[in-house]
Amino acid sequence: MHRVAGIAIAAVLASVSIVACSSSTGGGAGNTGAATAGGIKKGLTVYFIPKDTQNPYEVLADQGGQKALAEVGGKVVVSSGTQDTAAAQIPSIQAAIQAHAAAIAIAGNDPSALCPSLNQASRAGIKIVSFDSDINCGSSPDHLFINQADTRQIGTSEVDLLAKQINSTGQIAILSAAASATNQNAWIGYMKQQLAKYPNMKLVTTVYGNDDPATSLTVLQGLLSAYPDLKGIISPTTVGISTAAQYFDTHKDIAAKIVLTGLGLPSQMKSYVLDGTVKSFELWNPSNLGYLAGYAAASLASGSASLQTGASFKAGSLGSYQVAAASGTTGPSVVLGPPTVFDASNISQFNF
Amino acid sequence: MTSDMATRARHSPGDEGTDTAGRRARWRSAARWEVGLVVVLIGVLVFGAGESSTFVDPTTFFYLGINIGYIAIMALPMTLIVMTGEIDLSVASMLGLSGSVLGVLWHHGWSFVPAVVVALLVGALGGALNGILVAKAGLPSIAVTIGTLTLFRGLAEILLGSLTVPAAGDRQFPAALTNIGVAPIPGTQLSYTTVIFLVLAVVCGVVLHATPLGRAMHAVGLQPEAAQFSGIRVRRIKFWLYVVSGVVCAFAGMLLTLQNSSVSYSAGTGLELNVVAIVLFGGVSIFGGRGTVVGVVLSVAIFGALQMALTQLNVQPEIQNIITGALLLISVVVPNGGEAIGRLRERIKRK
Repeated sequence: MHRVAGIAIAAVLASVSIVACSSSTGGGAGNTGAATAGGIKKGLTVYFIPKDTQNPYEVLADQGGQKALAEVGGKVVVSSGTQDTAAAQIPSIQAAIQAHAAAIAIAGNDPSALCPSLNQASRAGIKIVSFDSDINCGSSPDHLFINQADTRQIGTSEVDLLAKQINSTGQIAILSAAASATNQNAWIGYMKQQLAKYPNMKLVTTVYGNDDPATSLTVLQGLLSAYPDLKGIISPTTVGISTAAQYFDTHKDIAAKIVLTGLGLPSQMKSYVLDGTVKSFELWNPSNLGYLAGYAAASLASGSASLQTGASFKAGSLGSYQVAAASGTTGPSVVLGPPTVFDASNISQFNF
Repeated sequence: MTSDMATRARHSPGDEGTDTAGRRARWRSAARWEVGLVVVLIGVLVFGAGESSTFVDPTTFFYLGINIGYIAIMALPMTLIVMTGEIDLSVASMLGLSGSVLGVLWHHGWSFVPAVVVALLVGALGGALNGILVAKAGLPSIAVTIGTLTLFRGLAEILLGSLTVPAAGDRQFPAALTNIGVAPIPGTQLSYTTVIFLVLAVVCGVVLHATPLGRAMHAVGLQPEAAQFSGIRVRRIKFWLYVVSGVVCAFAGMLLTLQNSSVSYSAGTGLELNVVAIVLFGGVSIFGGRGTVVGVVLSVAIFGALQMALTQLNVQPEIQNIITGALLLISVVVPNGGEAIGRLRERIKRK
């Protein structure tokens, strides 16, 4: 109930700030040229269709989108179901078509099942942006994927983050999710590349906790007994890092010897960061992700952005973004930026 | 429980003297429920038209058909099964399993028609498994079909895993058929699934209300023992109803696959509850023996229109769930309310 009230208040605030901000649109000293700066039409309606309406991560993204549209004098309608299914999202797409929305920003629950409905939306002139979880519809409809973080960047930045804390020296290990996980394996590939830059850091092994706390704990304990000289662990999964942090929290002697970092949720990691068990870890900021998606949607709908490789548009306080070329199954996309590093100085500001 | 049995006995079809009178009474109560449904439907339509600026748009009817057509189709065999006093909670999992069978065969280069035939056969086999366990082995249908709910979905997950078919490099499903997801029947706003549902509903209604088989289903639901003694082949009827349910749900799985131009193992997860809700709200008694197909069709229209209106108005989905749940409770409480109050009064008196 509190959340409902919170959203209602946020909506009221957003509509107030539409009035407040409407005079400031069109300003903005764009550093990529006048063609893209200030070209956003007023009064645009963007449908945000998250995976569901309750997921805290998605709620933050939606709020980011609302902030973006408020800044450009438009509005966001958040519409989805309570379950993460395509069937729950299709009625929302239909509602967007019927309401003649300017754009849809969607986090797909299914890569393909939404395509026929999104195609209809596209044919009705609605611009499509995907965020968080891309859709894979072949060539149509044309859409822009807002990628939370570049795969290479995630891999390299985690190694850099650990290197800084262990003085670029010593044995390290990786605690991953499933051995078959596509995301994690891609990141680990880039970690290994990046490790070539640190000759004194040695990756001794990668263990797999299958994104299951019990399994993660077992393989972690095995890791610690097999490599007593271990200096650092990277866990590029929220389950792995939170399990390890919990173990370290009750074994302060280990925590004193070994640095833990990786990808984690601030809400899960807050107490471990505040009590010093973990110094820092990373994740992207979902609120910025939604903010960028909102600007991308508004810019596409205004014709001030396009899906052409290299085309650029301005995303408010985040600055300018360039459309990256399609590669593999991913179509045209923009990357939010480097992952956000969370430490004791900022972790209390995030609640996802 | 005893007074419940007494109520059922009052409507016993085996009792020649009161048979016609009993049936007339049943018809009257059913008709009252349907009149109520018509009133609710009109209420929903007036509400939608008054509150939402896009509700009167002709595309609303097409979208409504797209969203609820394949669910409504599964509600028809469910109606017959609930009439006989049983339930089938595996319907949505069967929809997902058959879609996954079609998907995996398509992925491996099969042509469309043979893949569909195999998927429908899987539906028949799955239904037969339910039928054997419920009708032949006499196990409680709620437990059996919760088991097959999990089993069928598990098999679908094994078949497709993380794959969404067509995957990269696969052929697309035939465009002429996937068109049912984006275009209504030419010259109308009817989705193909709506028309298929209406045709099947007529067939189902004729069977249930105008044939000896339909009368037998009523009898099985009202008093299984009496039905058995009067020569009705209770077990055989139940067995074949489950087979029909399996095939129809598999067919709904084909339709959903075409509508979405794709399939993943999770298609239709959780829809069994929507199907049960539609059937019960349509006035089919959860105890069996009472209900009409007309009521179920009205119930489909109400659920579909309500969902359209609430989504267009951007009512929070949590509140939509609450409204659906409240409607379902009303549908169980109102028809059984008289009996429940009577039982309660008796208990108080005894104290």
